[in-house]
Amino acid sequence: MTGESNIVRKPSEHLSGAGVIVKALQDQGVEVIFGYPGGAVLPLYDELFKTNNLRHILVRHEQAAVHAAEGYARSTGKIGVVLVTSGPGATNAVTGLTDALMDSIPIVCLTGQVPTHLIGTDAFQEADTTGITRACTKHNYLVKQSDELSDVMHEAFYVAANGRPGPVVVDLPKDILFADAPYFAPKDVRPCAYQPKKDGDTTKIEQAAELLAKAQRPIIYGGGGLINSGPEACKLLQEFAEITGFPVTLTLMGLGAFPASNPNFLGMLGMHGTYEANLAMHNCDVMLNIGARFDDRVTGRIDAFSPHATKIHIDIDKSSINKNVLADIPILGDAGRVLAIMIDYWKKKKLSPRADSLKLWWSEINSWRVKECLKFEQDGKIIKPQFAIKRLFEKTQNRDVFISTEVGQHQMWAAQYFGFDKPNRWMTSGGLGTMGYGLPAAMGTQVAHPDALVIDIAGDASILMNMQEFSTIIQYRLPVKVFIINNQWMGMVRQWQELNHGSRYSQSYTESLPDFIQLAQSFGGTGMVAETVDDLDEVIDRMISSETFFIADIRVQKEESCFPMIPSGAAHNEMILSAKDTENSKTSAEGMALV
Amino acid sequence: MSSQKPNSDRRHTIAVLVDNEPGVLARVIGLFAGRGYNIESLTVSEIDSVKRYSRITIVTSGTDMVIEQIKALLDRLVPVHMVEDLTVQGPCLERELALVKVVNAGESRIEALRIADMFRARAIDSTLNSFVFELTGSPKKLNAFIELMSGLGKTEITRGGVVAIARGSGIGLQNNKT
Ligand SMILES: Cc1ncc(C[n+]2csc(CCOP(=O)(O)OP(=O)(O)O)c2C)c(N)n1
Ligand SMILES: [Mg+2]
Repeated sequence: MTGESNIVRKPSEHLSGAGVIVKALQDQGVEVIFGYPGGAVLPLYDELFKTNNLRHILVRHEQAAVHAAEGYARSTGKIGVVLVTSGPGATNAVTGLTDALMDSIPIVCLTGQVPTHLIGTDAFQEADTTGITRACTKHNYLVKQSDELSDVMHEAFYVAANGRPGPVVVDLPKDILFADAPYFAPKDVRPCAYQPKKDGDTTKIEQAAELLAKAQRPIIYGGGGLINSGPEACKLLQEFAEITGFPVTLTLMGLGAFPASNPNFLGMLGMHGTYEANLAMHNCDVMLNIGARFDDRVTGRIDAFSPHATKIHIDIDKSSINKNVLADIPILGDAGRVLAIMIDYWKKKKLSPRADSLKLWWSEINSWRVKECLKFEQDGKIIKPQFAIKRLFEKTQNRDVFISTEVGQHQMWAAQYFGFDKPNRWMTSGGLGTMGYGLPAAMGTQVAHPDALVIDIAGDASILMNMQEFSTIIQYRLPVKVFIINNQWMGMVRQWQELNHGSRYSQSYTESLPDFIQLAQSFGGTGMVAETVDDLDEVIDRMISSETFFIADIRVQKEESCFPMIPSGAAHNEMILSAKDTENSKTSAEGMALV
Repeated sequence: MSSQKPNSDRRHTIAVLVDNEPGVLARVIGLFAGRGYNIESLTVSEIDSVKRYSRITIVTSGTDMVIEQIKALLDRLVPVHMVEDLTVQGPCLERELALVKVVNAGESRIEALRIADMFRARAIDSTLNSFVFELTGSPKKLNAFIELMSGLGKTEITRGGVVAIARGSGIGLQNNKT
C-alpha cells in the first residue's frame, strides 16, 4: 500500500468483503465471470447467487476458466475475469495465467485463500498463491485487510489493462469475504505507482517517419501489440501501409491486425512464416516493428537476423525494447497513439516514399512470391491438412468467424491458410504454446459472441487436454465447433523427431484415440467424420449449419510436415520450403538445443 | 547506451524507490533469479514512514543490454516508483558497514589494532584473544581491511551491503513519480 491512504476519503458504502468484490466487478463493467467454486470462495458464490447482472460460466477445470477468459478478452478487447478457490483451484489456474502473461492478455483472477489467521499453517487447501503466481502474473495481491479490498480490486483492473496487458491475481482470504468493508468507487481509488507511458516521444516518432520516407527496402513488422492497442491502431496501420505502399508482415499474435487479403500483406513471418515475409525481413533496409517483441520464433538465429536493417521499435513495454535485438530508434508508447502521431507528421510534412526504389523492392518481393511457398498438391483421396483448412476458410467467408487453435502443426497450418481481415478474430497460444488452450478459448469467445461462428481448429492430441469443457459447452448451449485435424500423431513432435532425431518417433503416436463423434454425442453434441477428400465439403457444410456443439473429425494425411520452416538455430534466408529440402539441411548443434 | 563494447560486463549500482509492502523484495529478487541476473549486493530499508517508501540499493553487473533490461523490468513492477542507475548518472558515493571478528594472540593482536587504526575501524568488542571491529567505507576499503585481517588470524565477517547516493545538490529518488 502506498502512503497516500492517509488522504481522507469517504467510502460510498459499507458492505461485506464479498459484497465489495461484486460491487467492484459491476463498477468495472464486468459482464461474465469464468469460475469454479470451492470452500474458500463460498461467501463470494453466495453473493453471486443474489446478483442478477453478473453472468457466471461454470467451467470444468480452472485452467479452462483462464483460457476461456483469455478467449473472451482477446475477442472483445475487454478484461477477462476468473474466479477460483484456494489451493488446487489456484494451482490449476497457473498454466492459464502463464499463458496470459506470455501473450499479454488482460485477466483479473480472483483466488480464494484460507482465512488470514491460518495463513502459513499448512491449512486445508492452503497454497502460497501469491508466491506461486509471482512469476506468472503481471502483478498479484494478497488482501489482508478488508479496508483495502475495493482499492485492490479497482487497481487490479487498472494494472491488467494498462501498459502491456497481463494477468493479475487477487488472493482473498475467506475471513476478508465476510468482514465489513468500505467501498470506494473507481473514481475515488487510491493513486497507483504504475503509470505506463503511452504517447511516445514525438522527436523519435518524427525521426522514424523521416527514416521511413528515405527507405529503399522498408518493411512493417506488426505484432500482438496492435491487437491489444485496439481496432483503431489496426486501422491506422492499414492507413499507413496505404499511404506509403510498404509491405506488411505480421507475427502469429498479430494476425488480423492487417487484412490478409490486402495486396501489401506478405503473410506471417517466423519459423513457419512465408518465404517472402522472411526474406523481406532479411533483406530490408528499414524495419518498422509495431508491437512485436523479436521473439526467437520470429528472429531465427539472432546474429544473422535482418543484418542490413535500421530498426524502429514501437512498444508499450520498455523491457521489450533492446531485449533481444537492439533498436536504432526505440519508441516507448502505445501502438495506436504512436501511429497516429506518425501519420499526422507524414501528412503534414508531405513525406512520400521513394517510389523508384520501392518499385524495385516490390519486384524483388514478387520474385519471392512466385515460389508459392504455401503451395501443396491435393492429389488422391487422402485429405491434406492444408486443404482441409483452406476449404474451411473458403466456406466460412460469408460468416463472422472466430478461430481458436490448439498447439501443433494444425495451429501453424491455420495461421498459414486461414486469412484474417479483422483483428480479434484469431485466438491462439503464441508465447507459451499451450495444448488445451483452443477449446476453452473458443468457449469464452462464443460466450462473448453468441451468434458468431466460433471454431476451434484442433489437433487430435491437444483436444484431449481440456475436453472436459464439452460439458460446459453443452450446459450453456454454446454452438462451438471443433475442427480436428486428425493425424493420429503429435504431429509437430513427430516432425521434429523426423528432422532432428533420425525419425525415431519416441512417444509421439497416440494409440487408442477415442471415437470423437461418439464422444461428442456422449456430452450431448454431434459430429461427423471426413474419411476422404470426397467427404470434406459436406462435413464442413454440416458443421457450419449446425446450431449446436459439433465435432468435425478430419482424417488427414498422417505424416504430412509443416512447411516452410526455418529450422531452429538457422537464419531467415535458410528456410526449408518442402520435405525435399530437408535432406540437404542439417540442424546445427546449437540449433538442436533450441526449442 | 554508453560507448563501451556492448558485450563487456560492467558493475552498476541501482537505487529503487518502492512501496514498503509485503512481497516487494521477493518481486525484485525474483526478477533477478528468474532471468539469471546476478545480485552482488542488496540493501533495503524504509526511508519514509509516512508514505511508507523503502529504498533498495542493488549492485549488479552485466552488459549494457542486460543492465537496461534490469532497469526496465524493475520499472514495470507495480510497487516501484522510481529506478535510478547511480553508476550512469554521475559521481556517486557508496558506503558499506562491516563487522569483522578476528581471533589471534601476541604480535598479530597488536598488528590488528594498528591496521584498524589506519582504517579508522573501531574495536567494539574485545576478549583476551579476539576483537570485533566496526568499519564503514567504500566496498574496496572494506575488502582491503578484511584481506589484511584474515592474514592475522581466524576471522568471521559480516557486511551490510552497499548503500549509495549521488553526489551534489540534486535530490533523486525522493519524489513519487505519480
Ligand atoms: C501442454 C503441452 N504439452 C506438451 C507440448 C509439446 N507439444 C507441442 S505440439 C505437440 C503435439 C500436438 O499434437 P496435436 O494436438 O495432435 O497437433 P498436431 O501437431 O498433430 O497438429 C506437443 C506434445 C505443448 N505444446 N503443450
Ligand atoms: Mg495430431
